[in-house]
Amino acid sequence: MFQKKECIAMLLAGGQGSRLYTLTEKTAKPAVPFGGKYRIIDFPMSNCVNSGIDTVGVLTQYQPLVLNEYIGNGEPWDLDRTRGGVTVLSPYEAKGGKDWYRGTANAIYQNLTFIERYDPEYTLILSGDHIYKMDYSKMLDEHKKNGADCTIAVLEVPMEEASRFGILNTDDNNKIIEFEEKPKQPKSNKASMGIYIFTTKVLKKYLIEDEANPESSNDFGKNIIPNMLADGCPMYSYTFEGYWKDVGTLTSLWEANMDLLGNPPAFNLYDRKFRIFYRHNAFPPHRLGADSVVKNAMITEGCVIDGTVENSVLANGVIVEKGAVVKDCVIMSGVRVRAGAKLEYAIVDSDTVIGENAVVGENKESQKLLLLGAGLEFPAGAKIPGGVMIDANNIKEFIG
Amino acid sequence: MSVTGIIFCNIHDHTISELTRVRTLASVPFGCRYRLIDFPLSNMVNSNISNISVIANYNYHSLMNHIGSGKDWDLARRSGGVKILPPYIDPHMSNQTNATYNTRLEALKGIGYSIAQMTCDYVVMTDCNVICNINFNDMINDHIASGADVTMAVKRMELTRAMANEQTLVTSSKEGKITDLLPYPSNFEGFADVSLNILVINRKYLQDIVLDATAHGYVSMTRDVFLRSLSTKNYRIYRYDGYFACISSFEDYYAHNMQLIENQEMFNSLFNIEERPIFTKVRNSAPAYYSESSNVHNSLIADGCIIEGTVENSILFRGVRVGKGAVVKNSILFQDTIISDNASVAYTTCDKNVIIRNNVTLSGHSTLPLYIDRGRMV
Repeated sequence: MFQKKECIAMLLAGGQGSRLYTLTEKTAKPAVPFGGKYRIIDFPMSNCVNSGIDTVGVLTQYQPLVLNEYIGNGEPWDLDRTRGGVTVLSPYEAKGGKDWYRGTANAIYQNLTFIERYDPEYTLILSGDHIYKMDYSKMLDEHKKNGADCTIAVLEVPMEEASRFGILNTDDNNKIIEFEEKPKQPKSNKASMGIYIFTTKVLKKYLIEDEANPESSNDFGKNIIPNMLADGCPMYSYTFEGYWKDVGTLTSLWEANMDLLGNPPAFNLYDRKFRIFYRHNAFPPHRLGADSVVKNAMITEGCVIDGTVENSVLANGVIVEKGAVVKDCVIMSGVRVRAGAKLEYAIVDSDTVIGENAVVGENKESQKLLLLGAGLEFPAGAKIPGGVMIDANNIKEFIG
Repeated sequence: MSVTGIIFCNIHDHTISELTRVRTLASVPFGCRYRLIDFPLSNMVNSNISNISVIANYNYHSLMNHIGSGKDWDLARRSGGVKILPPYIDPHMSNQTNATYNTRLEALKGIGYSIAQMTCDYVVMTDCNVICNINFNDMINDHIASGADVTMAVKRMELTRAMANEQTLVTSSKEGKITDLLPYPSNFEGFADVSLNILVINRKYLQDIVLDATAHGYVSMTRDVFLRSLSTKNYRIYRYDGYFACISSFEDYYAHNMQLIENQEMFNSLFNIEERPIFTKVRNSAPAYYSESSNVHNSLIADGCIIEGTVENSILFRGVRVGKGAVVKNSILFQDTIISDNASVAYTTCDKNVIIRNNVTLSGHSTLPLYIDRGRMV
């Protein structure tokens, strides 16, 4: 049963996220844990639901197991619907041949049948690698008001950083005149957030044309948007105000976690009117022992803290034993820091154990962020320098 | 083998009237983020019992709100799942009083039709006043192997005279056959097997009991049914040795909560058993945040709390705020309580959505914990 929808979302979640190294070895980037109990994809998914969009296609490709499991039937986001809901769209074999998703535009092209089932006037294209809270319905209102074929969400970035982004040059009515990918001499500071609303019938036309062009790299930023601009389609920018962070690198992932701290924090997750939904694990409440010291930290259910935790985000079921110190860290679920150990300026993936009195990482001022992979065991007294990345393949070099 | 679960929600409401004024005993908050019904529901789900009837009597709005469709316990099922059975007054019944029911047996008579329709092999029945983490599979296997008509879960423990007066004591032979039941004795102290108010019963036998009780006008399951048939029927005990807390007064309730802080082993025996987690309603709160000025020791804290003050020996449910300079000691703060800056509470239980304003000082005593009503502003 396919009910006609005004707007559906297509979430591009196939990215590998190679700059997150071991964190994305077995997991697609959108499924990387964030903020204690979330995964990156929870943000665009929750945004959809909070914007009244109840039909979401999630396009997966790279290491999809964890991501597919996590999305499941969409129940955590109220997307287990009879009419609409979430559908995982993976590459498939068809009569005419088989193909991986070759680019962002090609991925959507291959799923035009899915879009057509709901016959939406508008299609929202999202990516699964940003942390932000956004009401897409306001952007859609703007799109309709302008009679646009395409609306691109933009963030006003500091001028000196503008050359790192795809920059939109617009007129006074936010109508896009020019699109420049990473310009050396930026003329504006409106950076594309990779969030597009298309009028579906225009999108379809351009996707089909683009697919027919063997020279094209089938990418929204490189092909579809410039082609539409060249043809004079009405395209507008929509300025988003609020927190937005690309968590494509280890440093930015660490920073985004730190932005949750503080009161009020740079990025606030405590707003009950705009909740971020996540797949739930049944952990008991967390416990702070008699000697615990916890300062400027986020602690999740299932943790047991008997040591010191400062400026850190701890996920489900992390154990910090007596005398242990955790400082400036992002710790994922099930990690155990044994008595007397010291852990500084690190991202630690799930279920890793830091042995007694081990000294792991260097202080934040060193600017040497440490990455420890999942399921590793560091023996008592181990000494691990900052600025390295350790996983099951190279741990021997560090613990002898 | 198919098993149906029945959970009674209101039978023991009177024991903590403070907390049950606005809710059933089943929906009384406990253990930092749970409600009492989460324990029997989780126990059943963890033992693959997925067809569960929850029998409510009055004040069950909070209960219905909590259970919802049952999906947080994986009980939103096409076959079975959880359903709440509220009472109704049958205008055609002869003994017309406005009361619906007071005992288990009366409650069962009230849903006689549902019971007559049951086709399962066994029925597990439990109240909500006993908190435990029990493996029903094991208990049912024991029940089948022994060929019993009814198997009752018991825990061996040492009782004071006051404690014994709140429990049903069970005497049994060496082989585990029940020889006597002693409901609420007023003159007992020492070691005894205490009933958990949890029993496994053959479905056919349950149907017979309900029909027979209706015919005879019986009221009490223990007194009118079990005690009369001790010699002719095979009633047996099942020994349970895990976490046990029976909520029989407000002081009890407070003490059992506090015990979860003090005794980590006890906490683990309730919450951290492999394959037997306790589920509750998902609220989608962010993790708890501790500010630079927070100072927290010996406490259990749920998600969604923001703590800027001092917290000691306390239990904070989801979404509690503790302001700068505020001090919370030996207290239980229910969901979304706000302790404003420089306020101070000790030995106090704040019900949901209580607001303690700036600079207010409140204190109960360890022997007389204070209780603040839901939604009150102080």
